[in-house]
Amino acid sequence: MLGTLYFREKGQITVAASAIRPTLEHLRGKGFDALMSVHGVDYHPDEPRLGVHYELLDMGALDRLTVKVRVPLADPHVPSVTPDWPTANHQEREIYDMFGVLFDGHPDLRRILMPEDYEGHPQRRDFPIGGEPVMFTIDESDGRSYVK
Amino acid sequence: MEESITMAPLEKLGTNELDQELLTLNMGPHHPATHGVLRLLVTLDGEIVRDLKPIIGYVHTGIEKTAEDKSYWKVIPVVERMDYLAYYFNAMAFCGATETLLEVEVPPRAQYLRVIHMELNRIMSHLVWLGTSALDLGAMSMFWYCFREREIILDLFEQSSGQRMHTRYFQVGGVAEDIPPGWAEKCREFTAVMPERVDQYNDLLANNEIVLQRLRGVCPLAESELLKLGVTGPLLRAAGNPWDLRKAMPYSSYDHFDFKIPVGTEGDNWDRFAVRVQEMKESVKIIDQALDGLPGGAWITDDRKVALPPRHELATSMEALIHHFKLVTEGFRVPPGEVYFPIESPRGELACFVRSDGSSKPARVHMRDPSFVNLQATAPMTEGSYIADLIATLAMLDPVLGGIDR
Repeated sequence: MLGTLYFREKGQITVAASAIRPTLEHLRGKGFDALMSVHGVDYHPDEPRLGVHYELLDMGALDRLTVKVRVPLADPHVPSVTPDWPTANHQEREIYDMFGVLFDGHPDLRRILMPEDYEGHPQRRDFPIGGEPVMFTIDESDGRSYVK
Repeated sequence: MEESITMAPLEKLGTNELDQELLTLNMGPHHPATHGVLRLLVTLDGEIVRDLKPIIGYVHTGIEKTAEDKSYWKVIPVVERMDYLAYYFNAMAFCGATETLLEVEVPPRAQYLRVIHMELNRIMSHLVWLGTSALDLGAMSMFWYCFREREIILDLFEQSSGQRMHTRYFQVGGVAEDIPPGWAEKCREFTAVMPERVDQYNDLLANNEIVLQRLRGVCPLAESELLKLGVTGPLLRAAGNPWDLRKAMPYSSYDHFDFKIPVGTEGDNWDRFAVRVQEMKESVKIIDQALDGLPGGAWITDDRKVALPPRHELATSMEALIHHFKLVTEGFRVPPGEVYFPIESPRGELACFVRSDGSSKPARVHMRDPSFVNLQATAPMTEGSYIADLIATLAMLDPVLGGIDR
């Protein structure tokens, strides 16, 4: 546990990346038995830069709780929660695709929305918007790539 | 080439002689029965589906990235284009998240107008689902009937906002305009005929032997499995769990209205069908109650730091002119913070996550789209069933690819 925050009538807790699986397991025991959303955030230019948020829901007590993890760009490893929460499968793949967070233990960590041969992680804040080079056949034969 | 697109048979099925007959078939991305640009990699044993992998991303347009480059009020039209059958819901989730960050009070009249439009949108979305699903099952005429009613709803949207789709009607702090004179009466004409029309559709389909054979007992999935996969909305309710955010955690005055949550028992395709058909009738009830109790007063907050001043004030008030200029050029600044705002869309929990860094542009906008999460249930639902039932299940799953790929 690294920090807690009560913001706009909802609790938010921050934990170390290595503790995410036991934390969610513990909270499941407290009644938060549904993982509604997993999403990524880029805190550029703050460090640790990449964030992963887990939105938990208690369907009995009608309560929600956010669990957050922050990892540095140099070592973006977070244990995957997909083995415990199958719903996280697609969402962790999306975070990997968009932010480059590596989920250790994910059964099938591949890009999901971007093309499989795409380079870079477009949702990062320092990834330029617009003006993306388009791959033509001639670029491919010349060995050029999407990102310089 | 990555593993997902190799055509080799599955390892887990072993190497006995029968498994050597497996066929891997590529359905989509351009296939009329996949409801959009969805590609399914299906491993078939004769006619039986042994494994299925959805491959998505064909209509990814980077809306979340685009939103980071626009001031808050300009984000509304782009998020509306995500789930293109539930545009009022997308706008509601985003506006709700922004309002939570700003701590802006939405006037009661705006809340009611939002409810009316969202429920009309829910009926519209379910009508498109019903028409296209019936088409998948071979019933052509249902499509025309459903689109006849959908036209009436789109006409109402056009009358209240000027647009038939992606209306940009919801604003941060309320709605863009009051409903024009005569709109409520026109809406009542619609709510008067709609329950009867729903009954007609139900009679046409629910007593049809072919429909019954295609849906009843086909591809069920237990409530516990659905919860593990994070499935919400009509799919979860069809399995008997009455989870509906409109009732459980009301927003935008949904607690003022009396309506029921239709639930199924088996969680098969038939229940998925029946739950949605009944939901249309409940939505009509909500619209009627909201029109009856529509409060007077403002339709958008009078906080000039957030909402545009009325047009007539610009000619007489310097203050109004300054606010108007600031809002149109820079937009409003939002206090730093992170908010997750969930609502009940026609397909389940649609939530918008907004992170603000204190500037006039959001630092992150993320939509938790129900179709994206629900799609994961396709494989467990259809494994071991016929490929024809896969088409029916996909229809009953009601995925919208614009929302999945964003």
